[in-house]
Amino acid sequence: MRLVQGNEAVVWGALASGCNFYAGYPITPATEIMEYMARLLPGRGGVFIQMEDELAALGAVIGAAWGGMRGMTATSGPGFSLMQEHIGYAAMSQTPCVVVDSQRVGPSTGQPTMPAQGDVMQARWGSHGDRPALVVTASSVKEVYDTTRLSFEWAYAYRVPVIILLDAVLSHMRENIELPVLPASAELASPSGDPELPFGSHPFMPFSAATRTIVSGLAHDESGATRGSGIGTANEQILKGAIRQIENDAPRLARCRADRLEDAEWAIVSYGITARTARSAVDLLRADGVRVGLLELHTLWPFPEQIVQALAQRVRGMLMAELNLGQLVLSLRAAAQGMCPVSGLGRADGELFTPEAIAAAMSAEIRQIEVGGRMSHHV
Amino acid sequence: MSDVGADLKRYLRSPMMPTVWCPGCGHGNIARAIATALDRLAIDLGQVVILGGIGCSGRTPFYFNTNAMHTTHGRVLAFATGLKLANPRLTLIVAMGDGDALAIGAGHFVHAARRNIDLTVILYNNSIYGMTGGQQAPTTPFSFRSTTSPFGSIEPTFDAVDLALAAGATYVARTTTFDFAEMPELISEAIRHPGFAMVEILSQCPTYFGRLNKLGDAPDMLEYERDHTVVADEEPNQAVEITRQDLVGNLPVGVFRREIRPEYVQQYAELSRGRGGNYGA
Repeated sequence: MRLVQGNEAVVWGALASGCNFYAGYPITPATEIMEYMARLLPGRGGVFIQMEDELAALGAVIGAAWGGMRGMTATSGPGFSLMQEHIGYAAMSQTPCVVVDSQRVGPSTGQPTMPAQGDVMQARWGSHGDRPALVVTASSVKEVYDTTRLSFEWAYAYRVPVIILLDAVLSHMRENIELPVLPASAELASPSGDPELPFGSHPFMPFSAATRTIVSGLAHDESGATRGSGIGTANEQILKGAIRQIENDAPRLARCRADRLEDAEWAIVSYGITARTARSAVDLLRADGVRVGLLELHTLWPFPEQIVQALAQRVRGMLMAELNLGQLVLSLRAAAQGMCPVSGLGRADGELFTPEAIAAAMSAEIRQIEVGGRMSHHV
Repeated sequence: MSDVGADLKRYLRSPMMPTVWCPGCGHGNIARAIATALDRLAIDLGQVVILGGIGCSGRTPFYFNTNAMHTTHGRVLAFATGLKLANPRLTLIVAMGDGDALAIGAGHFVHAARRNIDLTVILYNNSIYGMTGGQQAPTTPFSFRSTTSPFGSIEPTFDAVDLALAAGATYVARTTTFDFAEMPELISEAIRHPGFAMVEILSQCPTYFGRLNKLGDAPDMLEYERDHTVVADEEPNQAVEITRQDLVGNLPVGVFRREIRPEYVQQYAELSRGRGGNYGA
């Protein structure tokens, strides 16, 4: 056991997953990820490079992937906004990579050292056009490690840029965890596939003497050709296929933790650092005899609709607590399909919630629903 | 040219022909010069990657029988940097346009040059944004017209050679599509050069730059290139001075720098070995 910082846990998780390429640009509160990589990668035979901006950082990671290395970058809000162009390019070119966004208060420079969860929609919908998205988060240092490992696995399984959302507190928090011993250097399986079909549902094949792949952000078909009257349809099919594959696997991808929901009449739904506070809010409410539980989301996209629907059918109301002014609550409400009332509790002032504030919001919702219920009964 | 012809076809990706380039465009001449250089150097095509950004020049990667990356506007050198570091055995040829390299991508251009990473930039300079229909570029000469400088440009002209020299590029050359024999020579030399090499090639755009500025058709524009350049090698002391003057009048061409300086990937390999790593081994 040793004390590990959240940002450090990203690095250990990445190295354990065979990550051997890091390109980045300094930004609070993600910088330590880059600093650890700068120290560790040269001695492991991997590549570390500090680029001239965040666009360049993700561009280099994408180039490295086609050169046969396993790459990642990390940033925060302003850098994440800049990276959107290349997140779109990675999605369009089906290039596996991992992007960490340690969220801080925005928009713009905002509060660089203070936590937020305001990038959850940008992580899903950022970059123009439609794209498949895999976005994960964590609420403890151990989970940061596990989530990073999972992200590399998924990036290669689905050929997408996987986005890990942390926040300023989780990045800088230290907790005692057991870190596994790293192999001396990454042993990566050599890719196999048909050099004539480098895109679509086919496996990712970096450039080699056997390939003549054209990688492009232009609409293309499975062979990489960008011309012909059917190219729009062919490209749409690739995108639809990638999106459908993630939708089909959504039950497997939907990582979450149910806490005291077995007998719950009410549910708090939360994620990331806010889920820790929500856990304490459940303690407070349970002590008052309120039958409440917590659904903590680890996978944010694809949004775990089936889990939410099953929960909405059996509770009387749900509350989403998040560090923004109302983002993921929209998806929660849509998934609940009116089966139970859904309210949101948000803030974007750089402070975390207190357990009391979340408990109070849940109590207020309960009162409102019960009063509403009695009134409708009287009518 | 004696060494062009059927043999060059093996360097090209025939299903992608014809190119998107307009009749008379100089970019096809440059692509041919690249194929000629590859032929002379006898490099295994499986070890070559041709990369491009966005714009007319950016289409170059599609036309070669190599692995290829057609990337984002201005940012191709970021992709190239990652690719070269991941696989140093590859020979990278990067096609950039003047807007691509000197406007939206200027930040990436100077840092790739500063690192002296081993790749070759072919800067296709047609003095205008061709793909979007003839807008002003940083290289549009002062007083010349474009669709976004309809009354003549009031901006100073950007000199790619000056920028490359200042940023630390170790091989810097400029020629024109008129110099049909010199193009493949300079490109070959740039590819062999162990560091960041840039060859800027003035290329004619009769469709937009020529038409908007009444410079005639492609042959007229080639003659214009001939008549408005001076060979820097013959007047080495004047070269730098001239580039800072009106570029329309006396644009120097030739090789401006050949220098051997530590190359980035080699530097990184040494760093890795020093830390007990096996990078590049």
